[in-house]
Amino acid sequence: MSSDDVNKGRRRFLVATTSVVGGVGVGLAAIPFIKSWMPSAKAQAVGAPVEVNIGKLKEGQLLKVQWRGQTIGILRRSQEMVSNLAKNAEVLADPQSAAAEQPEYVQGDPRALNPEFLVVNMHCTHLGCVPQMVPQVGPQPFDAEWNGGFYCPCHKSKFDLSGRVYKGVPAPTNLRIPPYSFLDERTLMIGVSPQGAV
Amino acid sequence: MAKFTSSISKGAGSLLNWFDDRLPVTKFWNATMTGYMAPKNFNFWYYMGSLALLVLVIQIFSGILLAMHYKPSAEEAFASVEYIMRDVDWGWLIRYMHTTGASFFFILIYLHMFRSLLYGSHKAPRELLWVFGMFIYVALMAEAFLGYILPWGQMSYWGAQVIINLFGALPKIGEPLTQWIRGDYFISDATLNRFFALHIIAVPLALLGLVLLHLVALRENGSNNPDGIEIKKNKDADGKPLDGIPFHPYYTVKDIFGVGMFLIVFSFVLFLWPEAGGLFLEHDNFVPANPLVTPEHIKPVWYFTPFYAILKAVPDKLMGVLLMGASVAILFFLPWIDRSPVKSIRYRGLWYKVLLALFTIAFVRLGLLGMAEGTPAQTWEMRVWTLVYFMFFVLLFFMSPGGKTKPVPDRVTH
Repeated sequence: MSSDDVNKGRRRFLVATTSVVGGVGVGLAAIPFIKSWMPSAKAQAVGAPVEVNIGKLKEGQLLKVQWRGQTIGILRRSQEMVSNLAKNAEVLADPQSAAAEQPEYVQGDPRALNPEFLVVNMHCTHLGCVPQMVPQVGPQPFDAEWNGGFYCPCHKSKFDLSGRVYKGVPAPTNLRIPPYSFLDERTLMIGVSPQGAV
Repeated sequence: MAKFTSSISKGAGSLLNWFDDRLPVTKFWNATMTGYMAPKNFNFWYYMGSLALLVLVIQIFSGILLAMHYKPSAEEAFASVEYIMRDVDWGWLIRYMHTTGASFFFILIYLHMFRSLLYGSHKAPRELLWVFGMFIYVALMAEAFLGYILPWGQMSYWGAQVIINLFGALPKIGEPLTQWIRGDYFISDATLNRFFALHIIAVPLALLGLVLLHLVALRENGSNNPDGIEIKKNKDADGKPLDGIPFHPYYTVKDIFGVGMFLIVFSFVLFLWPEAGGLFLEHDNFVPANPLVTPEHIKPVWYFTPFYAILKAVPDKLMGVLLMGASVAILFFLPWIDRSPVKSIRYRGLWYKVLLALFTIAFVRLGLLGMAEGTPAQTWEMRVWTLVYFMFFVLLFFMSPGGKTKPVPDRVTH
């Protein structure tokens, strides 16, 4: 066959359409393999609420439990700690928790159903480390005017004792508050909102 | 066909002929070894490439043996590493070979890359050679990160937590992307299991392919040299470069000497100092992973700390991640950022020596600061060196076309 007989336009069209159809086919065929990386049905099923007895928690004591693989901290705050919270507004990035991930039923400075008990997702909103609790008021190596709170060892983010983030640190938002409710005075249910609440 | 005098060599020769008729053995050997002319003025910096190849072989060899005893599950991983260290015959040797090899790989690669900055080996016509090398470097970083998860110690766990969450900083797709990488809502057994698969199959295959491309691209234009002169410009009557010598036997012998010296240093660390004071194997990683407690002082292994310092220097999540990514990505474009008409530092002006010195100090200082506790003063210092790091590329781009140079000789110097 001499090259004069070649219909170049038709050849280009056929090559282009074959490439497009083949490309779409390869793209669609890749979906199952990409999807296989998502959390499996088994991983999704492990999400049951956690019941926690807080009757033995002393003032200033932090209890850590796991819920859906996340570390949840329960801190029993003293009167002084709660009243100190209002003094932090100046140094905080979001004192009203407007941008925070938290249920509607926790509001204001204490961010808790009962101001005495802070229930908070301990993972730093920067890169997921668990900050240390540094409850003492007074100068610290990382902050000369420390008013008590949480300090992340990974990238120096600071939070107050309500888990609200300081200005000028890498963490973008306040620590998250999970849905929770009180079954009775001494028992917390993490993962379930109070009846009627959203 | 050559005429053979002895019957032994005749037998060997005809066997080779039999193969040559079916596979280009001799042709390949001549083209890449005895007939491949390399500049005659290579110095110390030209050991790194072949030594990196040696370490790659060490890593594959020791890795295969480790995979025979290691268990990629969150329940058993930590204990199986201890089992290798204590109960498997010579298991400690194989594991320490692998951990020491990882750090030496990066030492060699960093020196190898620095050589390019000295002698302009990334410049035309070797841009692709550099780009393939950068892909090797990125694949190596991925390989090292994935491998660091496997012992399932505290640093494995929290290092993975931090690095995977870096992707979460991306708007919109960040959160689903981290779930896709982890295969779970937190770092779990699923994460460990897939990282094992990537560490022992996917990334090593990619690495081998990239190394092959790197070598093919190297043989195409030949090595650069400390004078930055193209030796192919001066050829004798036979068409051989006047300043070239056959790669084999001259440089194979040189490289074997390098291997000997390297193995002395490598063995010293391997047998006497495998933890390198917490640099090669971090103390916190001898504690099993605990999702409830982040170690007080968390930092990556030394070869990541310069980039980690850039992340820490920025007080904004997304900006920090982007700047850290940019600090690696910008290296890919070095051949087009460096617009100097001269390759080697020997014939560039003082301006380049000052820039390169500052860049080197910035990289080392960032590495040290990335390991440090992080006082406010150190944070400010990290910001300064981060600026210096990026200014190197900006100034190089603008100063290199008109920067002062010295006349380049026609032939390589001694």
